[in-house]
Amino acid sequence: MKISKTLKTWLGIALFLVILLALLFAAQRLLMPKYMSGIPEGALPAEYYRETTDHDVIFVGDCEVYENFSPMTLWEEYGITSYIRGGPEQLIWQSYYTLEDTLRHETPKVVVFNVLSMSLGEPQSEAYNRMNLDGLRLSSTKLDAVRASMTEDETLLSYLFPLLRFHSRWSELSKDDFKYFFKTDPVAHNGYLMRIDVKPKTQLPSKPVLDDYTLPAIGFEYLDKMQALCKDNGIQLILIKSPSEYPYWYEEWDAQVAAWAEQNEVPYLNMLLLSDEIGIDMQTDTYDGGMHLNLSGAEKLSTWFGAYLTENYALEDHRSDPVYADVYAAKKAAYDAEIADQQRQIDEYGKLIDIERANGN
Amino acid sequence: MSFTSPIFLVFVAVLVLLRYLLPKRFAWILILIANLIFYAFAGWYGLIFITFTTLSAWVLSRAMDRNLSTQNQYLADHKKEMPREERKAYKESMKKKRRLMLTLGLVLNFGILFALKYLNFLTANLNLFLPETAKIGAMSLWLPMGISFYTFQTMGYMIDVYRGKYPAEKNFFKLATFTSFFPLLVQGPITRFDDLSKTLYSPEDFSRKRFSFGLQRILWGYFKKMVIADRIFPAVAALTASPDVYNGSFVFFAILFYAIQLYADFSGGIDITIGIAQLLGITVKENFNRPFFSKNTAEYWRRWHITLGEWFKDYLFYPISVSSGMLKLSRTIRQKTGDRFGKKLPVYVASFVIWLVTGLWHGAGWNFIVWGLLNAIVIIGSEELAPLYAKFHARFPKLKPTTPYKIFEMLRTSFLMCSFHILDCYKSVPAYFKAWFSMFTVPNLSKAFGAGGGLMHLGLTLADYAVVLLGVLTMLLVSLKQRSGSVREAIWQKNSALLRYAIIGAMVLVILIFGAYGIGYDSAQFIYNQF
Repeated sequence: MKISKTLKTWLGIALFLVILLALLFAAQRLLMPKYMSGIPEGALPAEYYRETTDHDVIFVGDCEVYENFSPMTLWEEYGITSYIRGGPEQLIWQSYYTLEDTLRHETPKVVVFNVLSMSLGEPQSEAYNRMNLDGLRLSSTKLDAVRASMTEDETLLSYLFPLLRFHSRWSELSKDDFKYFFKTDPVAHNGYLMRIDVKPKTQLPSKPVLDDYTLPAIGFEYLDKMQALCKDNGIQLILIKSPSEYPYWYEEWDAQVAAWAEQNEVPYLNMLLLSDEIGIDMQTDTYDGGMHLNLSGAEKLSTWFGAYLTENYALEDHRSDPVYADVYAAKKAAYDAEIADQQRQIDEYGKLIDIERANGN
Repeated sequence: MSFTSPIFLVFVAVLVLLRYLLPKRFAWILILIANLIFYAFAGWYGLIFITFTTLSAWVLSRAMDRNLSTQNQYLADHKKEMPREERKAYKESMKKKRRLMLTLGLVLNFGILFALKYLNFLTANLNLFLPETAKIGAMSLWLPMGISFYTFQTMGYMIDVYRGKYPAEKNFFKLATFTSFFPLLVQGPITRFDDLSKTLYSPEDFSRKRFSFGLQRILWGYFKKMVIADRIFPAVAALTASPDVYNGSFVFFAILFYAIQLYADFSGGIDITIGIAQLLGITVKENFNRPFFSKNTAEYWRRWHITLGEWFKDYLFYPISVSSGMLKLSRTIRQKTGDRFGKKLPVYVASFVIWLVTGLWHGAGWNFIVWGLLNAIVIIGSEELAPLYAKFHARFPKLKPTTPYKIFEMLRTSFLMCSFHILDCYKSVPAYFKAWFSMFTVPNLSKAFGAGGGLMHLGLTLADYAVVLLGVLTMLLVSLKQRSGSVREAIWQKNSALLRYAIIGAMVLVILIFGAYGIGYDSAQFIYNQF
């Protein structure tokens, strides 16, 4: 069959465009940060899509969820399936859109939101935006999240084509960028970022006096939206303030959140006030002097919170379900392996040497 | 809508698509609409000014045209009965009217340009001589985009009509398409009506070759602008912001880096302009001809910003040098001092005037005035020293044709011209001269390459310098290849679509990856956009 010259030209152009797009995609893949070491938080949003089973409980929020709760403990002790869709300095609108994104894939029974980000009413930093948003799958939800989060210099286009943002990384490519070109490794355990080392609380920075303790209105707007979204999907929303002592959570803020919760009949647990009941000891249960919990603290908190969930909500114990049991057996093995690996580093070097090396120390 | 913004690329892509989908006779209307959209993006306010300029040029040119037709008709009708003297007087009176119309147009439009661009500079300098109570406050004046470019282009058109070079354009909207042709608004080239109108009103049909050339030209422009100019920009800014710190050898690097930035930025922008026009089927005049290969200053200015130089030559230099006043002065001088100086006087005076105006055209500042005058001094100085050069070369006849000597001439000319270009960057003229002379008095080359405060502390990493170096080498290679003809033509002659696609694809990748844009880069607008 003889192909006409015009058709040949168009085929040539089409082939050229396909190859060019493939090369651009490859360049983008290579240049985008992999977050495999140093700052693994950036890998959290995308890791969710690896899940093969659904979850009864979804956590959204900042580091006070992904460092303070252990879904593996909830599983082992109560048979609760849970996932933490947290991100570094995840702003409330990012929590809302992350939840919306989650509901595209599953409908949990309970959603837990950590309220610390209620104190932030404006986009904060491009780096944190990137870590919270780049990993989300492309959808109208992601675009809404980007629009709500962008700082002054950011563009929507650069979230659609991250090559436009990360092109300059060509001069700082590391072996990780090539090693994880095709596939990254999991960094968390159902969204939980584990640290087993201990750094007792000594002295926290002095608590600043604020000019105005009114929480930004936008936080309540998104809280309303989150509540409506949960209601529409038959989900129980629970507000928590994780027991991390720093950054400070002011009583005035607490009162405003409590008032909203009461008005909307949403449970609100300020775990800072429940630390003794939970059994948190900031001499043994934190790895950074009181800001985040370590594994010991996260497991204690999860044990307590699992009991609360079981008592108050009819959450099914999935431990006898073979589908979940198989999946969680593998997860448990990975969990234990990381504990063992971190313990080995501490035994050998007195510290988590991999993290130090990744951070260039 | 910056040339480097994604929205601009979409704008051009849609325009090009529509250009070939619509019948050719509507092309100029489409382009006029595109011009308006492009201009409106810079602020609706600017449309008032460009419309006024176009309208005044249209009305007055048409009036001049009618005046000339009336004159010719009258003379034809009264050919027999009118004595020669009467005919001459009639022609003179009609010409006077046309001159009045032209003057009105020039005064109005250059007046606007002067008021918006130079008034604050003038009052600031006047204030130096006024008592505190009489000082004039600075005005908040907004400069419409491309005002220097479209004013010069449109006034060139009016002068040509006055001179009878071509008839005035009857259709106002067609004239507006010419005065506001959007690719030229950012930084020229300053085109002539008779050059541009041929293809502006009746663009070329689609051809694969033209399209491919246009695309390659655009990409080449973006490569120069985004990969080279914008990457070296932070170093230039840092070096010239603190002349007391960055003196001595650093000034040499400032001159070198700014030469790279300015050439890559300006010629890159022109490449994009010409490439876009090519995609639309329109031919735009070249503005550069490998200027750094020039062997003397006069040649350099025939190869750098060609269209501005030609504009000044045609509309300012010749009128001044052959004006009756100048010729009278020349005669008087010749009678008193002899032929040599008397003959040259009109040329020298005209040179001084055009370089002063060229300096001012670039901006309202003493830096630009001094820049213009330095150029005039060098050009006139070269002219005066020409006999000495001739004697030297007569004594060493074998030297001039040698390659090392040619290279020496090119380097000498480039260094001199780039030494003047850097005046754009320093805050004041004294700071510039102090910095420039420090090259010969402050020996600190080791500091430039040293660990503390050297070239590695100017906002560029070693990798950045490597990219700039490779970019400059690529420009050099292309320039060397251009000596034997068009590079794109050579590629086309290979008759390989694969090669062309590979080149285009590689350029896209290189620009996207190695371009200095986005967060983390203080990407500059086109330098000539400010002028």
